[in-house]
Amino acid sequence: MNPAFSVIFFTSSSGAGYGLLVFAGLLTAMGAFPEGSHVIVCAVGLAMILITVGLLSSTAHLGRPERAWRALSQWRSSWLSHEGVLAIVTFLPTGLFFLGQFSLEQPLLRWLGWGPITAIMALLTVYSTGQIYASLKTIRQWCTIHVVPGYILIGLLGGGLVMSFIGSIFALPTDEVYWAIVLLAIVTGILKWDYWRNIDSGTASTTTNTATGLGTQNDRIRLLDAPTTSQNFVMREMGFRIARRHARKLRQISITTLFLIPTLGALCAPLIDSQISMIAITTMSLVSGSVGTVVERWLFFAEAKHVVTLYYGSEAA
Amino acid sequence: MTSLPESPCTKKLGLVIDLDICVGCHACAVNCKEWNASGHSAPMTDWNPYSGTEKRAGEDAGAWGIWFNRVHTFEVGEGADSRTVHFPRSCLHCETPACVTVCPTGASYKREEDGIVLVNSETCIGCKLCSWACPYGAREYDHSDGVMKKCTLCIDRIYNENLDEADRVPACVSTCPAGARHFGDLGDPSSEVSTLVKDRSGYDLMPELDYKPTNKYLPPRPKRDGNGEDGQPPLLATLAHEGQSNNDPTTEGVTGAMLRWVDIMLSR
Ligand code: SF4
Ligand code: SF4
Ligand code: SF4
Repeated sequence: MNPAFSVIFFTSSSGAGYGLLVFAGLLTAMGAFPEGSHVIVCAVGLAMILITVGLLSSTAHLGRPERAWRALSQWRSSWLSHEGVLAIVTFLPTGLFFLGQFSLEQPLLRWLGWGPITAIMALLTVYSTGQIYASLKTIRQWCTIHVVPGYILIGLLGGGLVMSFIGSIFALPTDEVYWAIVLLAIVTGILKWDYWRNIDSGTASTTTNTATGLGTQNDRIRLLDAPTTSQNFVMREMGFRIARRHARKLRQISITTLFLIPTLGALCAPLIDSQISMIAITTMSLVSGSVGTVVERWLFFAEAKHVVTLYYGSEAA
Repeated sequence: MTSLPESPCTKKLGLVIDLDICVGCHACAVNCKEWNASGHSAPMTDWNPYSGTEKRAGEDAGAWGIWFNRVHTFEVGEGADSRTVHFPRSCLHCETPACVTVCPTGASYKREEDGIVLVNSETCIGCKLCSWACPYGAREYDHSDGVMKKCTLCIDRIYNENLDEADRVPACVSTCPAGARHFGDLGDPSSEVSTLVKDRSGYDLMPELDYKPTNKYLPPRPKRDGNGEDGQPPLLATLAHEGQSNNDPTTEGVTGAMLRWVDIMLSR
């Protein structure tokens, strides 16, 4: 599949934003920060920026961005519509949660439930993002049990990295966040490893035989003449495939930057006294994790092979 | 509504494509483009039609544009046993198509009355998700309009009262010079198309994905062996023999001289 930059940026940025909301919501509920803490104000504010920028960038992918609101209409049947509706609805508890940090007198805003509700809504939104891909039977590399948890965990990991960065800026680091990062990085790393093992070894039930209905299982079916001498939309959109050896290198890069470096950072940061070094470490982890997320997302598209390519000369999907 | 019709459509209009007969002339694809360029989903935009003129580097991969119907040619099997099969491919108007259910706007829909799958170009936002959900590559995106387009089963022909009754069939069907394309109601077991599917063991493409295509494909008939001694099929061998005795080049006259000359030229 052709990796569209706007979609990669959207899922990476919004994913981290929602992860950050989960951290902010849960940490407040756990009483890790006093109400009105700068850390929470910053976290929720930044999360809203990351989410909004991501959502706006996703509309750049549309042929008719001015009609984007129509995407909310099929909330009963389409995962893309679920995602859109949830993204917008989530702004409500998020906004109240945010305002609650300032208006400590207002009982509605002070309600402690807004944090956890925000966290749940954020998780549901990322869940539906993952489902958009995981529900496509046409792409073997997406239609796996790894994809939805992958989206959620990487979002949470990104959120944790931003949270630890904010904590270090205000010199209010929390051990819970560091431990969460280590845990998330390990679990997600294993998940991605298993995902890659799975897509490398899996065999497709859809073949050129089933696609054309020609020959028997052992017959080789070759494309003799394509329907066009140039590249049509389907070939450009679905035909993108990355060379195996590049994929291997990029997998290593994403494992190192997304899982290894943040784990090391989160293990080292609590041992350090100087705030400057702590900021340096959390910044490094955040930058590294962001690069890793973008590489992981890019690979997610580039390694995905659509069954329609079987009609255009590829022998397996 | 982007959900599928609640009760499965009883009328299932679709095509039956005979792979035994298709000669790969692309006439169906061309006439599809011809009709639909001013039809329900018009225009069928082309980009860089003269090739080599695209401004941005890397964009020029030749002329390209929207087609609802494309003819692929496959070679099946190896060596002497292999055969060439021409394979036209267009929307199969599936019964449970994910292209419809993934659509966030309701622009993609399946008509309850006849099962035709269409895109409403007034509400499509061009998110392209439906093209990802279609296994058959039936949907092509129009960069100029910013919306998705696809085969309409020539909805503006099959119900068009301005056309003669005989012409109310899809453009691709009416134009096929070999008669390899058939149009009809596959929901009616007694229709001509259903009978054809039954008699010739018509099949679904990618049945394992469970989109339940309405369109069916008829397999190429088995290859016939049993050639004559000299390697020619028996009928041809007889004809050649008869030809030889009737047109003996030794015959007198102008015809005889011509035939002799032809014989010499061909024997070189
Ligand atoms: S062939 Fe593709 S576009 Fe047509 S109905 Fe089936 S899934 Fe949808
Ligand atoms: S491109 Fe248009 S028709 Fe296709 S899913 Fe998106 S909105 Fe629906
Ligand atoms: S039915 Fe009409 S739109 Fe569909 S492939 Fe045939 S000519 Fe094209």
